[in-house]
Amino acid sequence: MVLREIGYLTKKELVDSNCYPSEERFNKGLVVIIECTEEIPCNPCEAACKFKAIKIGKPITNVPILDEDLCIGCGVCIAKCPGLAIFVIDKTYSDNEGLISFPYEYLPLPLIGSIVKAVNREGKVVSSGKVIKVLNNKSLDRTPVVTIAVPKEKLDEVRGIEKLESKDSK
Amino acid sequence: MIEKEVVVIGGGPSGLSAAVEAAKRGAEVLLVDENLRAGGQLFKQIHKFFGSSAHKAGVRGIDIATELLEQARECGVEVWLNSVVVGLFNERKVAIKRTLTDNSEKLEIVQAKKIVIATGASENAVRFRGWTLPGVMGAGAAKTMTNVNRVLPGKRILMIGSGNVGLIVSYQLMQAGAKVVGVIEAAPQIGGYGVHAAKIRRAGVPIYTSHTIREAIGSKSVEKAVICEVNDKWQPITGTEKILEVDTITIAAGLKPLIELAMMYNCKCSFIPQLGGWIPLHDENMESTISGIYLVGDATGVEEANTALEEGRLAGIAIAEALEYISLENARKLKKEIWQRLNELRMGPFGEARMLAKNNILTGCKKQ
Repeated sequence: MVLREIGYLTKKELVDSNCYPSEERFNKGLVVIIECTEEIPCNPCEAACKFKAIKIGKPITNVPILDEDLCIGCGVCIAKCPGLAIFVIDKTYSDNEGLISFPYEYLPLPLIGSIVKAVNREGKVVSSGKVIKVLNNKSLDRTPVVTIAVPKEKLDEVRGIEKLESKDSK
Repeated sequence: MIEKEVVVIGGGPSGLSAAVEAAKRGAEVLLVDENLRAGGQLFKQIHKFFGSSAHKAGVRGIDIATELLEQARECGVEVWLNSVVVGLFNERKVAIKRTLTDNSEKLEIVQAKKIVIATGASENAVRFRGWTLPGVMGAGAAKTMTNVNRVLPGKRILMIGSGNVGLIVSYQLMQAGAKVVGVIEAAPQIGGYGVHAAKIRRAGVPIYTSHTIREAIGSKSVEKAVICEVNDKWQPITGTEKILEVDTITIAAGLKPLIELAMMYNCKCSFIPQLGGWIPLHDENMESTISGIYLVGDATGVEEANTALEEGRLAGIAIAEALEYISLENARKLKKEIWQRLNELRMGPFGEARMLAKNNILTGCKKQ
């Protein structure tokens, strides 16, 4: 089953499309994953990276390629991607846990320190997670970036959290 | 009779761009829009745009709209809002039902030298038993209610159509607090970008490909929807019915260009399904088969905001050239850059069919 049929990518498709950093690079620290495999005219990620780690070039329909050696995992590209397809992963956070940062454009935003349900690309809960950071400053232009800690072995799967209940009673 | 050098019909991204490019070079421009605010679909586009920096990629549609309106104001474009162009008559006379500042209405006839038709497109209907129940609406209507009027049309949504409109509106309805119970798509594959589909799949929304809607059920409004699988001949397969508990059914089954004014003026049209239906032909300057009438944006083929912006710019520059506000040399250079960007926007698997269709329009127009 492929993206066009099920609406989400499998790790195999990402690896086959050269979109996945090597395990060696993961073990060095924070690194970006750009889950964007289709040729669509779009290149704000390339412009966003001041380390020039993301390459698209011309034509702008080229699939973005990450230079994993130039990437330091700063995550500025996460909020710049109109497709919300960029994540930052840190597999070196601790012995058992790793971090994933993802764009989260829903309200309410999770609270730092809270426990949340981490979901995979299909929206299924695969783990619980602890919210480590929530960024929502002006430069993100209303795309908050949430960082959660999950068991390390779940990092290839987890790409978000289950939507939180709204406190609004409307 | 009022005289204006340029009359732009429709203040969406293509009309606004055309108005700005002509006005900033000295042309006298009147822009007419039927809404209370210009901006077209842009004020509903709360998501960040794709494209390149020339298309303000990464900027939200609503912010692009605000900027364009500001530019139009700065260039001295005259704007008549809440006013409808009701007809185009011989020798470029534009009949406008104008709403004045005291809310009274007046029929004005404006004599134009150049006219830009930027009327956009309207949503297609999908008919099924129960489709007239309250709660069934176009996805664009749901988007307007939610993003512009801040009214949530319903709490449990079934989206019909998995093109970019269906996928993006599903996401926006979720952001506004609704639950999208499912997206159905008659084709065996998802129509829109993979990244848009991925966003809603990550939120747990199922996308049922090879499915259609059979019926909407409810006494006074939608309470349930019956969907079922279709075979490779698009026919429903009995026995595969599923019942979904929903209160709203939003239809994102494509758009068709609004071309009545172009047809009224006898602009030649061609039937091009890939672009939404009957399409008025135009040349590289976005001029129709009738001299002095230009066509831009979704009215010349349903595409997206970025192509609308570029086509509008193209027409504005071509009009400035025709009215001698810009040299042939400068115009040629600017138009070439725009065509390069337009071609880039139409590249890739999602743009191919449109690229081909647009090239056929240019060829077809030459033959007239």
